[in-house]
Amino acid sequence: MRKIYSFHGGIHPPENKHQSVRTPIELAGIPEQLTIPLSQHIGAPSSPVVSVGERVLKGQMIAEARGFVSIPLHAPTSGTIDAIEDRIIAHPSGFPAPCIVIATDGDDHWIAHQGLEDYESLERTELVNQIRNAGIAGMGGAGFPTAVKLSIKPDIKITTLIINGTECEPYITADDVLMRERAQQIVQGAMILRHIINPQETVIGVEDNKPEGIASLQAAAKNTDIDVVQFPTKYPSGGEKQLIEILTGKQVPSGGLPSDIGVICQNVGTAVAIYNAIFAGEPLISRITTVTGQAVESPRNFDVLLGTPMDFLLEKAGYQRENNNRLIMGGPMMGFSTPRTDVPIVKTTNCILAPTESELPTPPPAQACIRCGLCAQACPASLLPQQMFWFSQGKEYEKLEDHNLFDCIECGACSWVCPSSIPLVQYYRSAKAEILQARRDNEKSEQSRARFEAREARLEQLALEREAKRAARKKAAEERAKKASSGEGEDPIQAAIERAKAKKAAQESS
Amino acid sequence: MLEFITQYPLITATLALVSLGTIFGGILGFAAVKFKTEGNPIADQINDILPQTQCGQCGFPGCRPYSQAIADGEAAINRCPPGGETTIQALADLLDVDAIPLDEEHGEEKVAAVVAYIHEDQCIGCTKCIQACPVDAILGAAKQMHTVITSECTGCDLCVEPCPVDCIDMIVEEESLQTWHWVLPDPIGRKVEIIATDAGLDEESERDRAA
Repeated sequence: MRKIYSFHGGIHPPENKHQSVRTPIELAGIPEQLTIPLSQHIGAPSSPVVSVGERVLKGQMIAEARGFVSIPLHAPTSGTIDAIEDRIIAHPSGFPAPCIVIATDGDDHWIAHQGLEDYESLERTELVNQIRNAGIAGMGGAGFPTAVKLSIKPDIKITTLIINGTECEPYITADDVLMRERAQQIVQGAMILRHIINPQETVIGVEDNKPEGIASLQAAAKNTDIDVVQFPTKYPSGGEKQLIEILTGKQVPSGGLPSDIGVICQNVGTAVAIYNAIFAGEPLISRITTVTGQAVESPRNFDVLLGTPMDFLLEKAGYQRENNNRLIMGGPMMGFSTPRTDVPIVKTTNCILAPTESELPTPPPAQACIRCGLCAQACPASLLPQQMFWFSQGKEYEKLEDHNLFDCIECGACSWVCPSSIPLVQYYRSAKAEILQARRDNEKSEQSRARFEAREARLEQLALEREAKRAARKKAAEERAKKASSGEGEDPIQAAIERAKAKKAAQESS
Repeated sequence: MLEFITQYPLITATLALVSLGTIFGGILGFAAVKFKTEGNPIADQINDILPQTQCGQCGFPGCRPYSQAIADGEAAINRCPPGGETTIQALADLLDVDAIPLDEEHGEEKVAAVVAYIHEDQCIGCTKCIQACPVDAILGAAKQMHTVITSECTGCDLCVEPCPVDCIDMIVEEESLQTWHWVLPDPIGRKVEIIATDAGLDEESERDRAA
C-alpha cells in the first residue's frame, strides 16, 4: 500500500458530480459548422495551411505548429473551409481571435491514417514527434503542448510518472466517465508515456469519490506495474503541484517545474489522446465535455468534435435559457462566465455549466476584509491571501512578489471561504498581469535606452569623423599655400596658366 | 621610552594622535584613488527609473541628460510626462524628496501607449523623421517611402513635427486578445467575473436539511 500524503489547506465544496454521470458518454454528432481557433494551447498560435473553399477530410492537418512551443490543428470532420477569420471564442475578455471555419458535409470521411504496430521498437523522439503531430495539448485545463512536456533534458532523471485522474473541481465528470468507460485506453496511453519517459514508477491518482472509475482502472491495470492510487477527496488535489505532494510527499520548489523533483504529470484525457495517436494514428479532434447544471434538463457527458458551438451541445442536453443566470465555461471554482453561447469547444473545454440562480447565486457585494484568516488556512499553496489582497489593492507589486504571488494557482479556495465574499482571485490575476506588463515595459525601456545610446555614439562618431576630415583638408590647404609662398615647387597659378595654354594649343592644332 | 611618556604626557598624546591621523588619512587617501567611482551612480539609478522614451519633453535631449540634470540638482523630478505619477513617485523614493505633481508645462501624462504611424501613400521620402527619431525606429532612405518599426517606437512624438507633409500620426494601440488582462475588481460593484465566491448548495445537503 502506497503512503498517501496531504497538502496544506484545501476545501470541501459541494461536489455536484452525480447529476452528469447517470448516463454513458454520448456522441454529440456533427454540427453544420465547426469553428476552430488557431490558439487552443499555451504557446505560439498555429498557422493555417489550407485556403478558403478547400475541401478537407477528417483528420487532415489544417494548421501547422509555429515554433517549438506550438501544435498543429486537424479537421475534426470532413467538409469545406468556409472562412479563415476572427471569430468570438470562449475567453473572459470576449475578444475575437483568428479561427478556421469548416462547413461540414456530414460524411465524416477520414483521411488515410494508420497506427503504429509496435511502438516499443521506436525511438523516444519519434514517439514524441507523433504526439506533437497529433496536436495533443494538456487536456486538464492549461493546454500546454504535451510533446514539449515530454521533451525532457537528458540530464534530468524522472522517477515518477503521474497520470492525473483527480478531477477535483465540482460538477465536472469528464475524466470520471473516461475512467469508467475507457480505462483500457488510459492504461495503454500510460504505458506509452512510461515507455517514453522511462520512470521508476507509474501512478494513476484518483480521488476516492470516483469508486467506479477506480474499479475499472484497477481492472485495466491488473497485469501491468501501474499503480492505481486513491486518496481522500479535497479541493484542489487535482492541481499538479498538490497531486505531486499527495502522491510523493515532495513539494515542487517555488517557481520550479515538477521535473525539477523528478516527476511528470499528465491528465487521463491526454493519456487517451496519446493512445489514439499512437495506436490508431488519429489526431486530437474530439474530447469529452460535461454539460451540467440545473438549467439543463439532462446533464451528461458528450464526446464532442472540437470546434462544435456551445449552443449545439446545450440544445442536446435540454438547455433552459430562462432558468440560467449565467453560463460558465469550466467548473464553478476556476471557470469563467461567457456572455455568448455560440463560442466553440476547444481542446481544454472540460465543462459547460448552466446553473440556476438558486444553485449558484450571484455573489453579494464584497465587504470589508475582517482579517479572519480563513483564506490562509484554505490556501493549498501556503500563501497569505489576505496580505496579498492588501498589496494588490495598494498596487505594491514588489511586496506581492516577495509574498510569492506567482505560486498562486488561482484555485479559488480563498475566495470560496471568504465570509466577506471578496473576489480575491481576481485581485491576484490582475496583479499578476500588471507585474508581467511592468516586466515587459522594463525590457522595452532597456531596449530603447540601448538604441538611444547606440545612436548617440554613432552621431558622435560621425561628428568626429567630419571634424577630422575638415582638419585634414585645412592642413593640406595650409601646406599648399606655404609651399607656394615660399617658392618651393611650381607656383600653382603659373601651373594653371601653363595648363590652359597647352590645352588651347592642342585645340588649335587639331 | 616609558620615562618620556610619563614625563611629557601632552606631547606623547599629541604625537600618538598625529601618527594615527597620518596612518588613517593615508589609507583613506589611497582608497579614494583606488576605488574611485566612475561616473555618477545616482544619475544611473535615476536613468533606470526614467521610461527611456527619449522624447525630450523635459527640455533635455533624452533621458540620460535629464537624469544627469536631476542628479546635479539642476532640474525638478516632475518633468517627465511619459513616466507620469509612477515615475515621479519612484524618483521621490530614490532621492528621498517629496513627490510633486507633474509639471503641466512639459506635457500631460498619456493614458494609453501610442506608436507612430506613417501614412505611406503620402510620404515623400524626405528622411526628416528618420533624423528626428531618437531610437532609430524609422526605416527608409531619401526618395524612398519610410515606415515605423512598431516594436522599437517609444511613442515620443518627435517625428511628427519635422514631417513636411503631415503624414505621421500617433495611434493608440488597441486592446486585443493578446493585451487584455484581468483588472482589479470594482470594490463597490457587484460585477464579479470569477465565480469561486459562490457557495452553491448541493442537492443532497438540501435534502438533508429538509429531512
